[in-house]
Amino acid sequence: MRNLTLSTVLTSALLISAPLLSLNVFAQTEMGDMSGDMAGDKMQPQGGDAPKNARDPHAYANGTTLTQGPYALADGERLTLADEYKFYAILGDRLEYNEQADAAVFDLQAWYGTTFNRLVIKTEGDVSYGKLEENQTDILWGHAISAYWDTQVGIRYDYYKEGKNRQWLAFGIQGLAPYWFELDMTAYVGESGNTAFTAQAEYELLLTQRLIIQPRAEITFYGKDDEQNELGSGLSSTAIGVRVRYEFTRQFAPYVGVEWTNKFGSTADYAKLNEQSSNDTEFVAGLRFWF
Amino acid sequence: MRNNNPLHQVSTPRRRFVQGLAAGGVLAAFPSVLHAASSLLAGTSTGTAPELSGEVIDLVIDESPVNFTGVVRMATTINGSIPAPTLRLREGDDVTIRVTNKLSVPSSIHWHGIILPYQMDGVPGISFKGIMPGETFVYKFKLQQSGTYWYHSHSGFQEMTGMYGALIIEPREKDIISADNEHVIQLSDWTDDDPMDLFRKLKVQSDVFNFNQPTVPEFFDDISNSSVSNALQRREMWNKMRMNPTDLADLSASAMTFLMNGCAPLTNWRGMFKAGEKVRLRFINGSSNTFFDVRIPELKLTVVQADGQNVEPVTVDEFRFGPGETYDVLVEPKNDAYTIFAQSMDRSGYAKGTLSMAPNINAPVPALDPVEWLTMTDMMGNMAQGGEHSAMAGMADMSGMNSNKMDHSAMGHGAMAMDHSKHNMGKNPLAVPSQKVRHAKTEYGASIDARIDTPRTNLDDPGVGLRNNGRRVLTLADLRSLDGIVDHQAPEAEIELHLTGNMERYSWSFDGLEFGKSTPVHMKHNQRVRVILQNDTMMTHPMHLHGMWSDLENDQGDVLVRRHTIMVQPAQRISFLTTPHDLGRWAWHCHLLFHMDAGMFREVVVS
Repeated sequence: MRNLTLSTVLTSALLISAPLLSLNVFAQTEMGDMSGDMAGDKMQPQGGDAPKNARDPHAYANGTTLTQGPYALADGERLTLADEYKFYAILGDRLEYNEQADAAVFDLQAWYGTTFNRLVIKTEGDVSYGKLEENQTDILWGHAISAYWDTQVGIRYDYYKEGKNRQWLAFGIQGLAPYWFELDMTAYVGESGNTAFTAQAEYELLLTQRLIIQPRAEITFYGKDDEQNELGSGLSSTAIGVRVRYEFTRQFAPYVGVEWTNKFGSTADYAKLNEQSSNDTEFVAGLRFWF
Repeated sequence: MRNNNPLHQVSTPRRRFVQGLAAGGVLAAFPSVLHAASSLLAGTSTGTAPELSGEVIDLVIDESPVNFTGVVRMATTINGSIPAPTLRLREGDDVTIRVTNKLSVPSSIHWHGIILPYQMDGVPGISFKGIMPGETFVYKFKLQQSGTYWYHSHSGFQEMTGMYGALIIEPREKDIISADNEHVIQLSDWTDDDPMDLFRKLKVQSDVFNFNQPTVPEFFDDISNSSVSNALQRREMWNKMRMNPTDLADLSASAMTFLMNGCAPLTNWRGMFKAGEKVRLRFINGSSNTFFDVRIPELKLTVVQADGQNVEPVTVDEFRFGPGETYDVLVEPKNDAYTIFAQSMDRSGYAKGTLSMAPNINAPVPALDPVEWLTMTDMMGNMAQGGEHSAMAGMADMSGMNSNKMDHSAMGHGAMAMDHSKHNMGKNPLAVPSQKVRHAKTEYGASIDARIDTPRTNLDDPGVGLRNNGRRVLTLADLRSLDGIVDHQAPEAEIELHLTGNMERYSWSFDGLEFGKSTPVHMKHNQRVRVILQNDTMMTHPMHLHGMWSDLENDQGDVLVRRHTIMVQPAQRISFLTTPHDLGRWAWHCHLLFHMDAGMFREVVVS
């Protein structure tokens, strides 16, 4: 799907810092830099604000609408096309099982709605010895704000088998950055004034039309310590992975990969107290699918 | 005269169908499958369509099983055949066409390119309520024109599942096109899947059917053939803008089987001719979503008609046409057999048939042409001229012989147009189409992924994949109407609309407004008006205006050719004149069925 050079993969790390950019940057001026190096100051083929004298798209209607005016069908009947239909999708980005540890990871998204407004559900978690260990579920209203970006507002619910469940308000943005980086960034406000921030970036390199390398990075911050769930404030954890999948169909792709996870700051200290390592390298095998 | 070869009619044995029924979950997608049970035994006749003529015609819409790919699927058919019967009517006749809907859902038939009262145009929700299940609708209209046309359902995706047929209107006077023999050649595309599910998949992942995407090994090939910086530059703009240079078709051969007169390539539709005959081929693109590049290796094609309207004969090797367009060509075969080869624009597959003197002779089938990337001209129009911009220079290098020649001609045209418009200052300000790009204020939102500030206006570009391919390819600039355009009046008004879309979201529109958010375009009855269509997307759109002719002009304001469907290439700005003689409400849309359904559709009110 995405073709890029190897060198640009290295810049994915830089894009993790994209949250520093404001929403407005994504909404309005994402191609602003194009004007300089490509095509002179006037050229701005994407994004931007409509000039004051921009053409009125209803100027030719002369007072008619789809149901009113001469020759309109009786009873307000009119044509309805798919732009007014609702669609759905279920996307399984990661469905992984580690036989040795008898542990599984899932990371699913689903949406239902129109092109520009959707109910979005994201859920990811760990299962170990057949029991759900941890789960984070976001229920969001996704709204398109520009060609490639949706804002997402809603709630998040965290489940911990050992620990204390948490609820958060979620404010996020998800979309496609220049050079085909898929980004998903969400800020959370939780109970007793805690805050959190997560960002994920994915990228795809096509070796063939079906054999695809997907680097992936994830980073998590917390505003305050959460002792019960052994999470420390500040930079809490990162996960960087590379997966190679084969798309038997576009919708069904088994993969193998490796993932490096790191815990930082107090989160790492909590792990050490439990005699756990603060960093980990794991080989994974799983399935990516959508329908 | 006309060939009806029963060998190529695929019949569906009942046993096989039952197997298909047991395995075919897709049948559930057709809500009226139970209703259709009565017709299951019949099967669908495919191959050269049966012919109906006279002033009274009866058509029955129903479901019937069909097997194009090895699996049996339900098709929506007219009189049980794909293509539907060829209607051979006569100019000047008052025809009565009774259409009975035996489906369990509403249906309709639209007479594509025919001038008639709006209530007879057959667009549910605009011209009438549609034909309800079990109902018979009587179409009555006078045929005011002659030539090659077609008809199809205008309801949902029924056209895609088999409802299309040829409509030939013989001239009242002697036909000025003389031929010894003729064949109707209808190209179409078939899917075994539920069309709405294909549409939904595009909503989820818009490149899901594209298997010609740029890859990492190609990038290294570019480096070894050129240099790192050229290879990077070639990709720079595409990747920055999140656009795919091989985004040439939404539905490729991975989802579609391409048909010629209802025959898959292996079934090999055959048209016969005798030694020394001059043969007229009436090509109709009745596909839902496919541009075809048509040629008959070793045979010159003399184009004599476009969209049913006679044109000055022009001899070419190849032509591209989109859904809705028709071209009549004359050929004078000398060999025993020829392959009629129609590759899809994205080069993922082809429809083919054979033109031969005997039923068992075949000619070689050419290989598909390589996939060509869209160029900077497709992305930015005339802006791509700027040689001083390094990225574009790199682009030109990499594309080699691709677009240099064309870019220069585009530039020439642009410059000429400027001079010309200066000349005309002070005269009628509408003598030439305005060059100033006026984006709608709704083109700055989430429904749009690109706007073109420097469109190209040249009509002599055959389009991506056909440029400098060593063959003489028809372009819009080659076409001149012989008759028909009697109205040489200058336009009194100008309407500018932009063709827009967002590939990632799979949304298509005019001016950034999908149909449901749009308001109609009002045209004054009998007033000559200029319509400017600017394509702000990177795909080609065959734009079909119902109920009136589209008289295509060049950027100097010279009217060239009368069409009902005009292909607008990426970053191109074209204009046509029209005089709405018939009152009412009319549909106006991209004839790529999925673009239409996604919202690239406007209503026109003539009052």
